[in-house]
Amino acid sequence: MTTSVHRMLDLEGIARIRADFPILNRVMRGGCQLAYLDSGATSQRPVQVLDAERDFLVKSNGAVHRGAHQLMEESTDAYEQGRADVAAFVGADADELVFTKNATEAINLVSYAIGDDRFDRAVGPGDVIVTTELEHHANLIPWQELCRRTGAELRWYGVTDDGRIDLDSLELDERVRLVAFSHHSNVTGAVAPVAELVLRARAVGALTLLDACQSVPHQPVDFHGLDVDFAAFSGHKMLGPTGIGALYGRAELLSALPPFLTGGSMIETVTMEATTYAPAPQRFEAGTPMTSQVVGLGAAARYLQDVGMTAVEEHETELVAAALAGLSGIDGVRIIGPLSTENRGSPVSFVVEGVHAHDVGQVLDDDGVAVRVGHHCAWPLHRRFGIAATARASFAVYNTLDEVDRLVSGVRRAVDFFG
Amino acid sequence: MRLEQIYQEVILDHYKRPHHRGLREPYGAEVHHVNPTCGDEVTLRVALSEDGETVTDISYDGQGCSISQAATSVLTDQVIGQSVGDALKTVAAFSEMVSSRGRIEGDEDVIGDGIAFAGVSKYPARVRCALLGWTAFKAALAEAHSDGREEN
Repeated sequence: MTTSVHRMLDLEGIARIRADFPILNRVMRGGCQLAYLDSGATSQRPVQVLDAERDFLVKSNGAVHRGAHQLMEESTDAYEQGRADVAAFVGADADELVFTKNATEAINLVSYAIGDDRFDRAVGPGDVIVTTELEHHANLIPWQELCRRTGAELRWYGVTDDGRIDLDSLELDERVRLVAFSHHSNVTGAVAPVAELVLRARAVGALTLLDACQSVPHQPVDFHGLDVDFAAFSGHKMLGPTGIGALYGRAELLSALPPFLTGGSMIETVTMEATTYAPAPQRFEAGTPMTSQVVGLGAAARYLQDVGMTAVEEHETELVAAALAGLSGIDGVRIIGPLSTENRGSPVSFVVEGVHAHDVGQVLDDDGVAVRVGHHCAWPLHRRFGIAATARASFAVYNTLDEVDRLVSGVRRAVDFFG
Repeated sequence: MRLEQIYQEVILDHYKRPHHRGLREPYGAEVHHVNPTCGDEVTLRVALSEDGETVTDISYDGQGCSISQAATSVLTDQVIGQSVGDALKTVAAFSEMVSSRGRIEGDEDVIGDGIAFAGVSKYPARVRCALLGWTAFKAALAEAHSDGREEN
């Protein structure tokens, strides 16, 4: 991972960043300027990402890894440069990074490949897959399905009252084959104790998979340093395009895994009787790959790298601290998640006594403040807290303390309106 | 202010003091509907007259936003006591209005307080909230009606 010079983001720095995101100037239907506090769902893209995609498409667009003309060569170079840049950004080697259509597909890929009988440690009856009660559905349902297909058993860590993985709620044993968990909860913002969970998994010979969708855009992430076996993240949450996600897999593991999707591009030799497969990562990239999206994602990684992820993390921590303080000061507001910024990421989810999350979101929308409402694809976690829906503000590098103030005033307005 | 357009006083009144709320006996059919995007849910029962021609009661329980709760309350006001045919016409009229993106105002004679949801129809994300109870009613009515027929 390349290290950038660490500098704090001051007001001027944030203003410069905001100038790269034209959408942030939009005046919404209520007549107010947009305050975009839904980056946990999808982030906005800087002109550098849009320009990189357009530049590629108007100059070099061609099919990757096919034929021998100049555009094909340029496309292939751009695609592989994107892989190298994104891999460097997350502390991986280029050949350990597989492009998928999104993080959900990345997790599904692992769930299918490790249940395939061609894998030397294939999951089967009597085995256990472990996840947690705070996962996004994308890191739960693929494991339910793997267990259904193979006869393995799904078990999970519970969640503490402040929305963290409860390490005392489950003992791992030798039957556990994989432990899958989120780096940052997309609801509570809790940062997982990755080192401890990796240690516990390794002690029983289990693999680990990290859902890093909510961490990669918000703090320095180094998969080699974290020592996880697999990790998944998405492009559109890290200032990049939709339609592109990535799977990280330790080199020797990717080499040992059979393919998930099959077809063109992922082969070595093909006859009518049998096929041999390309080495990783190509083995896992069947069909014509996303190309301009990879170029855009590479540009997003470089953009974040230039800002500096430590600076991003510090800035967002300041925003989260202000949101926690402001929202906690409103009677009837309950934060679902840790109340301090210690080991805590960007999402701040909350309920307002007597006002449904949808209605809170509607009042905020009227003020131009965009938040997510609902269960945020983490229904079991909401059940754990006995609630159907929360409102969630989530931040990115381009947000400001002024926008946090608008969030807090909007929630006060909702309380007054429905009170 | 736009907020008052969507949350008309009538809607807030139904939300704070819902009509016909609670699950009652007897009933011909019960359904449980969930809005998968937000987790809001309603359990709704329909009772028909012995001849199966009239909606004699709609009772419900559930939890959800002001729009879904108020819309279900309005449903019961309008439809309890109606013939099955008229009830279906009421449901169709309300669905049409609330899905119209503000193009159709709605007829107060048919949908009663339902016309207050004209503002909601301009917010596509909330249309499913408004229809949660109404869709549940339509499903329950179909179930109650077909059960009745089978007995005949």
